[in-house]
Amino acid sequence: MTDVEYVINPYEEYALEQGVQLKEKYGGEVTVLTLGPEKSTQMIQKALALGADNAIHLKTASFPEDPSAVARALAAELKDRQFDVLLFGKKGVDDDNHQVGEMVSELLGIPCATQIVKLDIKDGNAVAVREVEGGSITIETSLPAAFTGEKDLTVPRYASLRELVAARKKPITVKEPKSFPALLETVSMQYPPPRPQGRIIGKGPGAVPELIRVLHEEAKVI
Amino acid sequence: MIRSPVLVFSETFGQDFRRASLEAVTEGKRIAGLLSTSLVAVAIGYGIKEKASHLGKYGADKVLVVDNPDLKTYHPDYYRAIGLEAVRKTNPGIVLMPATSSGKDLAPRLAIQLNTVVATESTKLDIEGDRVVATRPVYAGKAFLRVTMNSIPFMATLRPNAFNAKEAPSQKTPQVEELQFNKPQSRMTIHEYHAHAGKKMDLTEASVIVSGGRGMGGPENYKILEELAETLGGVVGASRASVDAGWRPHSDQVGQTGRTVSPTLYIACGISGAIQHRVGMINSKVIVAINKDPDAPIFGFADYGVVGDVFQVVPALMNELKKYLGK
Repeated sequence: MTDVEYVINPYEEYALEQGVQLKEKYGGEVTVLTLGPEKSTQMIQKALALGADNAIHLKTASFPEDPSAVARALAAELKDRQFDVLLFGKKGVDDDNHQVGEMVSELLGIPCATQIVKLDIKDGNAVAVREVEGGSITIETSLPAAFTGEKDLTVPRYASLRELVAARKKPITVKEPKSFPALLETVSMQYPPPRPQGRIIGKGPGAVPELIRVLHEEAKVI
Repeated sequence: MIRSPVLVFSETFGQDFRRASLEAVTEGKRIAGLLSTSLVAVAIGYGIKEKASHLGKYGADKVLVVDNPDLKTYHPDYYRAIGLEAVRKTNPGIVLMPATSSGKDLAPRLAIQLNTVVATESTKLDIEGDRVVATRPVYAGKAFLRVTMNSIPFMATLRPNAFNAKEAPSQKTPQVEELQFNKPQSRMTIHEYHAHAGKKMDLTEASVIVSGGRGMGGPENYKILEELAETLGGVVGASRASVDAGWRPHSDQVGQTGRTVSPTLYIACGISGAIQHRVGMINSKVIVAINKDPDAPIFGFADYGVVGDVFQVVPALMNELKKYLGK
């Protein structure tokens, strides 16, 4: 694939928006940390236009694949840095690995509330709401702490043209990341088997008896 | 690697094992059988000690139990400590757990501490030579990767509903051993679980889902879907359009940026079937679509379609079903 337009992972957009909202409410600054190839620059610039103040780009030759190697590289960069809140998306919508935020927090030895839909700061502590099966759980933690964002966390804003232009002046520090071995190995890639051709049972409520019959006799699901 | 036991973390909810846990134990037993090794299950929770031997029915040879009031709700720091202790004790070659919200939180934490990695939301496990190969969906299910890992233990979270929970043919009473729990220090306070109003089950665990889309016209109209779901013992889902319109909570959303589900029966009502929705439900066993637009894309991949107004078809379906099911 050559002409692919890369975008910020949606879950990271919710997290970024959360970071910018915390800054607007409590002050401080938002730094974007990205591990990825040259192509990531356009996503970093978009993040800067959306309200981040500066960025660190750990530049790699290609898009990284192994979640543990990514987590170790990010943690190596973060371990000597000062921050109160570390925000991640809960997972990437490409590889769906769902691991990096948790792993980085473990490596840094800081609390991490995952899959959160709400975050606020009260008396210097974070109060996060985590979405779980059929309900939610509130988690409180002192800072610094990490969080991985669900979709409901925030509604990302749009960047204006003025902000896009201004973003080009914001500083991006480009560095080489520490390299760690990949542990996951892809054996092969497959496409899901095509579903068998379905059929229209009929029109309107008159089709219902036949629908029930096929669900019972053919599909055997009721 | 492979003569060491298979370790399965089984999650409890209240004082019962989640169905996804029983699926993980069943699959763990199958894998242990292929490798001629044993299956050790870990049961963590409160008030579950008496139930621990239940896991033997699904094939656990041994159950490590930790029963403590502090473990009623999942706590990352407590569960991690127990997880590491269980691994230290059993030295497993393979570690499995359900891909529930807590399983997906715990697995990467344990993995990085153990210098390994996780095959997330696996839908199939195979033994090939001396390797475990997990099949897992990527790009929200548009493709599958078959992955292995060059680290030990092999760790995977298993997608709920992708594996069967089956009682083992030869059942025996498993050896039950209590694991010590020394509550570690933690900066996190986990408050009580709050159930969403009227929600009995999560979408990912449901075997029947009745989903509504933009064609439902408004939040008040979901009542007929609630009733249909109730009749079938299922739950209600929603398309992104109806969640973004504020008709349904995000926890109901099926599709990309929502839940990925694989129920036995998925009934899509007034849902056009955009790709973002399709990827979240395409692995349902049987898909039924009800839509008044005969050209809606959903009819291209539904097993059975009814072209018609959901407000006529759904009540008719419910009436017939009630007769049929004798309710």
